[in-house]
Amino acid sequence: MQYINKEGRTEIDRRFGEQVKEESGAEIDRCYQCLTCSLGCPSAFAMDYLPHQIVRMVQLGLRQEVLTSSTIWVCADCQACASRCPNEVDLVGMMDFLRETSLREGLAKERAVADFHRIFLGNIERWGRQHELSLIIKLKLKTRDLFSDVPSGIKMLKKGKLKLLPERFKEIKNVRDIFRRAEK
Amino acid sequence: MSQSAATGLRYAYYPGCSLEATAREYGQSVRAVCSHLGIELAEIPDWSCCGASSGHSTSRQLARTLAGRNLALAEKMEMDIAVACPACYIRLRNAHHEMQSDDRLREELSSVMSLSYQAKHGVRHLLDIIVNEIGLEDLKSKVVKPLKGLKLAAYYGCYLVRPPELVAFDDPENPQCLDDLLNTLGAEARDWSGKVDCCGGSLSLSKREIAGRLVSELAEMAGRAGAEAMVTACPLCHANLEMRQAGVDGKKLPVFYFTELIGLALGIAEARSWLRRHLISPSGLLTSLGL
Repeated sequence: MQYINKEGRTEIDRRFGEQVKEESGAEIDRCYQCLTCSLGCPSAFAMDYLPHQIVRMVQLGLRQEVLTSSTIWVCADCQACASRCPNEVDLVGMMDFLRETSLREGLAKERAVADFHRIFLGNIERWGRQHELSLIIKLKLKTRDLFSDVPSGIKMLKKGKLKLLPERFKEIKNVRDIFRRAEK
Repeated sequence: MSQSAATGLRYAYYPGCSLEATAREYGQSVRAVCSHLGIELAEIPDWSCCGASSGHSTSRQLARTLAGRNLALAEKMEMDIAVACPACYIRLRNAHHEMQSDDRLREELSSVMSLSYQAKHGVRHLLDIIVNEIGLEDLKSKVVKPLKGLKLAAYYGCYLVRPPELVAFDDPENPQCLDDLLNTLGAEARDWSGKVDCCGGSLSLSKREIAGRLVSELAEMAGRAGAEAMVTACPLCHANLEMRQAGVDGKKLPVFYFTELIGLALGIAEARSWLRRHLISPSGLLTSLGL
């Protein structure tokens, strides 16, 4: 089934709502659009759809629009929405599932946030612990935003707040095994 | 006799990645203050990253096992876990909660770690331990240099209070324990409404403009409430508040870790050296108050 939106026609995925409920455990049917989630959301000003709208769109099966939205990536993961929801809809679980799916299908709209997560986890897989200096440099290279944080970066280096080299880690095989299992 | 023998408080300590780098002063102040208060921290050998927001934003299974690995290592030590970083705290607590209620997840972790994980031991944040195990009475008796005249905004942020079904050592909307602790040290905790608002820390590197706006609003709000500095228990909030704060008329609010202020009030000698690592120097403010 199709419906018409501003940009043209869009597919409706009737099973999407059920799938989100099953996989994330978020009881999205309970939402009565009271807007508590959106009113308390710190990133709302930067979102293309507000959190309560995303819930409605998931119910309606607007899969593509949800998975290509900015909202799921500019969510700051502060958990205020789910904590305050009068119907205990687990929006945090829902957002996690939406991000996971969007990333897997190559639909992530906010590349910088998705790149950050990939680089962050890549470092963990490699070293077991985060190495902040290389995280920052890799992200800057990837997003071609080289100079924005140079002054504070230099200040942090001088103050001994950034380690130059990652630490050696004995049980790294064990951590890599965790990543291999998660990829299956 | 060691001080920990007196309190009997021993924990498997999970420092987390930040406390060895960007939040080095937090790591140093945590160790010094705990040793002074008689809390023994035995670092979990070979601990690994908890996965943080990137873990659970991209793969729930990965998030669970990355955090779970540390729970399993701590269980071998037969102690509850003490965590300093609220972001690590919430990941570890979340994994622990899931493992407790799901046999299959416990078995999966046991097989990854080649041991039998039972999810027996809890996960505590150091603020919770200091306020509820040491107690403010006991803390007060150890204060040698009250932080008189220091007006502060206690900033709790997200993961010390949310989600309330996972973390419940204070009220999720109007927590008090950090305010009470600061007052105990002789400082003045100002009442303000930004206590549990998010600073956008998880977007500090990837979405600078969002983080900058949230941080600057928070600092302004704290300033309007009469605070001259903010206090946090979170390395991500600290870095974000220091790096992304726009400032009002060229003035930025310094940000303290709660353990640094405990160190100052308890007269711990190296406390000054922790503060030298800050990007927004608090030394002018402290000197003006004779601290």
